[in-house]
Amino acid sequence: MAASSLAALEAVASAPRDEPRPVATPEPAADDTFPKLVLRHATVRGDRPSMREKEFGIWQTRSWAEAAAAMRSIACGFAALGMQRGDKVAIIGDNRPQLYWSMLAAQCLGAVPVPVYQDAVADEMLFVLDHAETRFAVAENQEQVDKLIGIKDRLPQLGCIVYKDPRGLRHYRQDCLLSLDAVQEQGGAFNAAHPDFFLNEVAKGSGSDLSVITYTSGTTGRPKGVMLSFDNLISAARLSVAFDRLNANDQVLAYLPMAWVGDHLFSYAQAIVAGFAVNCPENAETVMTDLKEIGPSYFFAPPRIFENILTQVMIRMEDAGLLKRHMFRYFMRLARRCGVSILEGKPVSLTDRALHSLGNLLVYGPLCNALGFSRVRVAYTAGEAIGPDIFIFFRSLGINLKQLYGQTESSAYCCLQADDDVKSDTAGPPAPGVELKIAADGEIMYRSPSVFVGYYKNPDATATTLTPDGWVHTGDAGVFTESGHLRVVDRAKDVGRLNDSTLFAPKYLENKLKFFPYIKEAVAFGDQRDFATCFINIDLDAVGNWAERRGIAYTSYTDLAGRDEVYELIAGNIATVNRDLAEDAALAGSRIRRFLILHKELDADDGELTRTRKVRRGTIAERYGDLIAALYSDRASVPVEARVAFEDGRTSVIRAELKIRAAAG
Amino acid sequence: MRDTVSPTTPPLRPIGEVLLKVEDIRLSFGGIRALDGVSFEIRQGEILAIIGPNGAGKSSLLNVVNGFYRPREGTITYKGKPHRGMRTHEAAASGIARTFQNIALFKSMSTLDNIMTGRLTKMRTGLLAQALYLGPAQAQEIEHRRVVEKVIDFLEIEAIRKVPVGKLPYGLQKRVELARALAAEPDLLLLDEPMAGMNIEEKQDMCRFILDVNDEFGTTIALIEHDMSVVMDISDRVVVLDYGRKIADGTPDEVRRDPAVIEAYLGVAH
Repeated sequence: MAASSLAALEAVASAPRDEPRPVATPEPAADDTFPKLVLRHATVRGDRPSMREKEFGIWQTRSWAEAAAAMRSIACGFAALGMQRGDKVAIIGDNRPQLYWSMLAAQCLGAVPVPVYQDAVADEMLFVLDHAETRFAVAENQEQVDKLIGIKDRLPQLGCIVYKDPRGLRHYRQDCLLSLDAVQEQGGAFNAAHPDFFLNEVAKGSGSDLSVITYTSGTTGRPKGVMLSFDNLISAARLSVAFDRLNANDQVLAYLPMAWVGDHLFSYAQAIVAGFAVNCPENAETVMTDLKEIGPSYFFAPPRIFENILTQVMIRMEDAGLLKRHMFRYFMRLARRCGVSILEGKPVSLTDRALHSLGNLLVYGPLCNALGFSRVRVAYTAGEAIGPDIFIFFRSLGINLKQLYGQTESSAYCCLQADDDVKSDTAGPPAPGVELKIAADGEIMYRSPSVFVGYYKNPDATATTLTPDGWVHTGDAGVFTESGHLRVVDRAKDVGRLNDSTLFAPKYLENKLKFFPYIKEAVAFGDQRDFATCFINIDLDAVGNWAERRGIAYTSYTDLAGRDEVYELIAGNIATVNRDLAEDAALAGSRIRRFLILHKELDADDGELTRTRKVRRGTIAERYGDLIAALYSDRASVPVEARVAFEDGRTSVIRAELKIRAAAG
Repeated sequence: MRDTVSPTTPPLRPIGEVLLKVEDIRLSFGGIRALDGVSFEIRQGEILAIIGPNGAGKSSLLNVVNGFYRPREGTITYKGKPHRGMRTHEAAASGIARTFQNIALFKSMSTLDNIMTGRLTKMRTGLLAQALYLGPAQAQEIEHRRVVEKVIDFLEIEAIRKVPVGKLPYGLQKRVELARALAAEPDLLLLDEPMAGMNIEEKQDMCRFILDVNDEFGTTIALIEHDMSVVMDISDRVVVLDYGRKIADGTPDEVRRDPAVIEAYLGVAH
């Protein structure tokens, strides 16, 4: 089975090479909103799966007809509750069919869904709900309802909280609180009383209407509400569906935050345009098992997840027996040599090809199967640069992993790599329908039909980002390579210079460091300094496992992170990175001289990472200013005291003495 | 938890009839009087905590209730019927389930299989039918699995469904043990130190699960616990034992103020 799936991948990779890429077939103009498209699927492929959710250990399938029916009853229920055109509806929770249907239902009535990060702390949620003036909130469960009730006093316009999962909520006595089941029941009655209402409301919608407001993750400052119209999202979805030949038979796992534009494109816009099935995991902890069970054909993950998967594979291989370890090493060496060429249909010697087939039988096939990648036809990563080694690892296994570049403001993508034109260090050429240019100061700018309408209630930000003739300032620095691909260097404002004017691109150093399974996160410093230094976050799983095998006892993350043995381990990793850097004349100056291992994991709850897990340099520089100062002094250690915020708003304090070490190389 | 409920809320759960009545129980091991004339009752739907210093006879009392120990004297009335010599399997069959102070799970079996053993008393097909997976056995197994999956969902242990229990951290093993007891769909749930050895977060989770079980399924719960803040938070009534005798019985507030309890716990200068 594994061999045949690889053959299928090869077929895909080597398929139409010289033929022109199929362009998007224009759909009937009538289907210019998501509700209209869903109604069409319900008539064309009513019994085909639209969503699956694992409940009580069994995957439950909902067809397009069921999805359309749910959308209708929820929409009528919302109408009965008084939802008006233009109302904003917060959607808060893990990926659940009912929440996707609630978004559709709101759109049926001309209301605008505002998906919110489900792990947002109450204050972050307050900002978004207040700014978006949401009148309704659809929450997944008690946890989210508790957060909403906690901030409701400060949200006068929030009239109604609807919850999906009644567990634990039976004794709540708030007037504004009711279950989604009750909403659907009211919807049934409303629909019976006003049989024409629903279709009339859906027909009122048009492509230029506002479809969704998604708040940016906010690496700098407060999140901004990006307004996207149906035309924006549907054109983005149509073009990308055609580009990758996605169709109604594809499968995708919806496991990334619903509030993130990527999920909105992959699990919502593309799924509704192409008619493929969206699978919702049982819960956040079972994603890897669910991935394996579903075996998606279309998969997206940010680099961090690919890094984690690779780390897990490496941990498990270190625990494996001698024979397996040798086999894995041998065949992974082989895969590095010829795996990517085979995937891309390039000439490979007969011996390598034969060995690769054997490897496929013994290692690559079973490994892909264990990871849930056996059926992946198209996989993407984006969000930030992926370590080239990580990228090539997956491609050499025969997984058609590609890169894209995009933003919330562009309805998720600007650049896409084609199956026959994949590079590890670029984001691909401009996607169909997208014009892209590099401004004089190096900033990437683009224009496309999917460019956002504007920032909600923020004309100043809109004016500085969106030019009058439709170009968008990305804030990212980039260059075009000789092959016409875009290479994103860094956030434009993060790229700096050392005092000896060596180029300093922190992300580049950090990505190199993060390739080591022991390093989960790194933050590099060096702009306007004499040399480069960094903070390291160790990976508790990987380092914990490493420590266990060496009989090193530890009590907690902080304890483990501070151990001399761990410092030795990390120093070794940094020395390797420094050796690499030394080979490149332009970067030799940015070798890392000193480092420290942080006593706690950088966390989105503490504001150190965004909800999409990107480093917030400003916050970190501010909060850990004394640590950075110590890195640039000659001290051997620095005391630290940190306040840790929990999701429920409680805080506690961690105290530690952090060691600072010099790095070799 | 409960503090999110407004003060005007009517009582959460109706506390009903007496479910279990224990009268004048005496139990000795050799010359040691483990229980010396203990009487108390558990009402339908309540959460009763049994507390007391080490060696006060708390575990012995649970063991008497579920038939593991035979008391020398005294009567136990369960669901209105006297049960002086109820044996463990009879207790289990009549709706009493329990967890143990030291986890008693099958370490090399998966979480799922361990919880499935909680259904044992409800399996109605024979060994042969089960081994051959005949029609009725199959139908029953599906039904049992359905109940087990509900429990897994309830206790949020989906991610460890297939993991051998021996590989799980302690806190999760405790949760699996609770799951196995719940799989028996008990009327009376006996928990012997459900939170021993847990960290604060695990304790909070466990408290929430105990309250949820009581709330969702209406299960009557008797638990032994050392952590006083837990006891005061979640129980409707507290029975205090000391040297095999009951020294107090009342609401958490009453017990907290009871001089006999203060003496037993803190000692009093004479």
